[in-house]
Amino acid sequence: MEPGEIHALLGENGAGKSTLMNVLYGLYQPDEGEILVDGEPLKLRGPSDAIGAGIGMVHQHFMLVPVFTVAENIMLGAEQVRGGIAGFLDRRRARREVTEVSERYGLRIDPDAVIEDLPVGIQQRVEIVKALTRDVDLLILDEPTAVLTPQETEELLTVMRSLKAAGKSIVFITHKLGEVKAIADRITVIRRGKVVGTASPEASRDELAALMVGRSVRLTVEKAPATPGRPVLEVSGLVVDDDRQVRAVDGVDLTVHAGEVLGVAGVQGNGQTELIEAIMGLRPALAGSVTLDGERIDGWSTKKVLRAGVGYVPEDRSVDGLVKEFSVAENLVLDMYDRPPFGGGLALRPDAIAESAKERIAQFDVRTPSAEAPVGTLSGGNQQKVIVARELSRPLKLFIAAQPTRGVDVGSIEFIHGRVIHERDVGTAVLVVSSELDEVIGLADRIAVMYRGRIIGVVGPDTPREQIGLLMAGVSPEVAAEQAGDASESGTASADAPRNEDEA
Amino acid sequence: MSERQRSGSPDKDPASEAQAAQDSLGNTERAEDATTPEAAPATGGTEPKPTLGRLFLENLWAANTVTVTVLSLVLAIVVGAILMIISDPDVLSTYSYITARPSDALNSSWTLVSEAYANLFKGAIFDPEAFSGWLDGSNGWQAVLAPISETLTYTAPLVFTGLSVALAFRGGLFNIGAQGQATIGVVLAALAGFLLPLPPGLHLLVALLAGALGGAIWGFIPGILKARTGAHEVINTIMLNYIATYFLTWLIVQNGVQDPNRTDAISRPVDPSAQLPRLLGDNLRVHAGILLAVLATWAVAWLLNRSTLGFELRAVGANPDAARTAGISVTRTYVLIMVFAGLLAGLGGSNMVLGSTASALTPLVVAQIGFDGILVALLGRVKPWGVALAALLFGALQAGGNRMQSYSGISLELVTVLQALIVIFIAAPALVKAIFQLRAARAARLQTSLAKGW
Repeated sequence: MEPGEIHALLGENGAGKSTLMNVLYGLYQPDEGEILVDGEPLKLRGPSDAIGAGIGMVHQHFMLVPVFTVAENIMLGAEQVRGGIAGFLDRRRARREVTEVSERYGLRIDPDAVIEDLPVGIQQRVEIVKALTRDVDLLILDEPTAVLTPQETEELLTVMRSLKAAGKSIVFITHKLGEVKAIADRITVIRRGKVVGTASPEASRDELAALMVGRSVRLTVEKAPATPGRPVLEVSGLVVDDDRQVRAVDGVDLTVHAGEVLGVAGVQGNGQTELIEAIMGLRPALAGSVTLDGERIDGWSTKKVLRAGVGYVPEDRSVDGLVKEFSVAENLVLDMYDRPPFGGGLALRPDAIAESAKERIAQFDVRTPSAEAPVGTLSGGNQQKVIVARELSRPLKLFIAAQPTRGVDVGSIEFIHGRVIHERDVGTAVLVVSSELDEVIGLADRIAVMYRGRIIGVVGPDTPREQIGLLMAGVSPEVAAEQAGDASESGTASADAPRNEDEA
Repeated sequence: MSERQRSGSPDKDPASEAQAAQDSLGNTERAEDATTPEAAPATGGTEPKPTLGRLFLENLWAANTVTVTVLSLVLAIVVGAILMIISDPDVLSTYSYITARPSDALNSSWTLVSEAYANLFKGAIFDPEAFSGWLDGSNGWQAVLAPISETLTYTAPLVFTGLSVALAFRGGLFNIGAQGQATIGVVLAALAGFLLPLPPGLHLLVALLAGALGGAIWGFIPGILKARTGAHEVINTIMLNYIATYFLTWLIVQNGVQDPNRTDAISRPVDPSAQLPRLLGDNLRVHAGILLAVLATWAVAWLLNRSTLGFELRAVGANPDAARTAGISVTRTYVLIMVFAGLLAGLGGSNMVLGSTASALTPLVVAQIGFDGILVALLGRVKPWGVALAALLFGALQAGGNRMQSYSGISLELVTVLQALIVIFIAAPALVKAIFQLRAARAARLQTSLAKGW
């Protein structure tokens, strides 16, 4: 690493990027080898050593205390005290610092908000601000853009450029090729714990992807035009509150037809989660209606909704999608365990479960040592394949996939996207929610953009990215179309190089 | 970017696509194996197969469940020995001149400890003197089986309460209330036992069902409170323990319950028609409760591993969010878990009055079986058959402890200390690992499995 360099670390999930960086940050001890800082070998016994050595890290999985406020989380580990020996926490100063840093880098956060109330996207932002408040020379960003909108990502890239200009070094861990090419000075590709190559940002996306996965991959979603049939899911005037009794979904109307993919785009925390949970019967609908094939399903239990032919891939697989202690086989029947052939009456049928598990592991290319292995030992991509396999292995009318490829490696993304399109082609109505705009554009036949609990516009997949991005930021459709038009006409197109490439 | 048409798109045929992906990956793997032999162990390819003996030794010294359990037992026995030595003034006094004559201290300590543990063994499992006495005709075969009979008598109720705690644990609930559930169980079983005039057989069945029902009711209360209001089951079960205990104390001295011939707090005895039959004749206390306990263990094992309800229960216990998302009613499951846990504890309580331990209610009729059940469940790693074995160990310690007290003069409380030590060592596998320098294996997972539920 050179000072003032942005070094991208590229690799599939489970390739060892995060482990390597955790060693750098002092969380893990190396078994062999050493770390050199300014030519000196460095022994890190813990994160405080690393911070002392000028290394800061933004983790992929948030390291925040859920019941603390933003300011408290940021001062955690570097508490400012006043009053001498009495040692009162100087919350006011922490708050001021937060406001200052967040304004300087354009990362808007409320210092008094409690972490657990914040959506995932904002929590990520807090993590970034937290690292920025520590005076670090080397900043490790572990998949920081996974939950940001294109605009926010753009802002972050700007932040990274200004940090670089200030002489700070950044290690940028990601598997998004567009971002890497836009920002990195040097690219190191890791596969299965080994450096398999270094590349310059000029390398083509296909080259990088091939290096990452070890074989050539298709980066675009291949699909025929949709042939939409009857409306399957109709949502009208739906109103849903979130856990804090704050309105999250505020009068949403949606229709998904058989044989089409409706993509819901939007920054995380704009009501997508609550919308899906309300459809699934996991959250009460306060007003409006949800109908499946003409039958009202709002007010139904989750079990009844699933039984009616709805497949559901929840957005947070480790919390809502899988029981990590359970075997792959058991997870494959998590919502079908009591139906023939897996269970009849009170008894389970282990043979039938094992047999179908074997089939589906092969069919969905789940890489697991055995069907009996706990699902928690699998990589993220394979865990997600288990969920997709489970939901797609029964006849469906409607398939709902929320963030179907979050934290999933390139190879698995390719596979999961293929399955989603296949499901559409056999005539299932598909609803995909993703904060990954590329994913929505790639999969969807129509795109609904959600902003502050409302569908702010429904556009075709050929709509320019800029226009969708503006919709996601809450700009009304007409204005968005206009502004996006202006931008491309005047050719200012501020650093949208990565976007265009992502579309490629 | 969007719709590209291509004839024969691979999306149309995902099975073959998956196959292709797998094949290509398999190829790269094989290629890598060929070029980088040191990567082979990771993919599990060319490592030579270890012999069975080496595998066994490796597993023995890996910190796995069995090893940690056995070593915890050893550690507890060692600490118990130290406690015996320092609590015996005569032996302790020999340590004042240990540098001059170390043999005194060592010999007296050895005699004390070995005799105490020998009596523990003789009282719990097998007494060679009784065996030789049977051979030369000075006593009957009953004396040979007496230790086993005692052990099994103490084991039976512990199996039930242990299963009760373990079942709740697997469902993510910490049932501290097995004691209270057993208390209500014993009350209803006894009332049915001496108030209802029923024919033999039916009477026993009714009494057992009454006990089970009592426990189930006492489990239902914290279950429904948890499900409906989110009230924490730990707090509520502890409180219900108090209520149950004092209810029992109050009930015993009421008219129609108290033994009319007695002035102290003891109820009328249970009719013989409602007593569990003795298995080995009238001289040995072991009764059919132990058979019911084995049956219950089997039933709980089946319920947990082979039933849809058990699947729900385990899913809710491991990840309630995922269970809910998969359509399982978490609240319903919580209630059912507590009802089943209470039912089991209630049956355990029934054993205390329908078996041979006692036939009438007294304030202490349930002893500590509910609290011991927590230890038994932890010791048995919250697995049904593990619980049964742990209960057997605790039963043996109890039975042997009685003999140790009367023959060696070591107080029965030492047995309680031993039990507590065993569980402490098991709950802290890292400690056992450090003491015996075990290789890290699954100790971390053990620890988390016990920490669950809070």
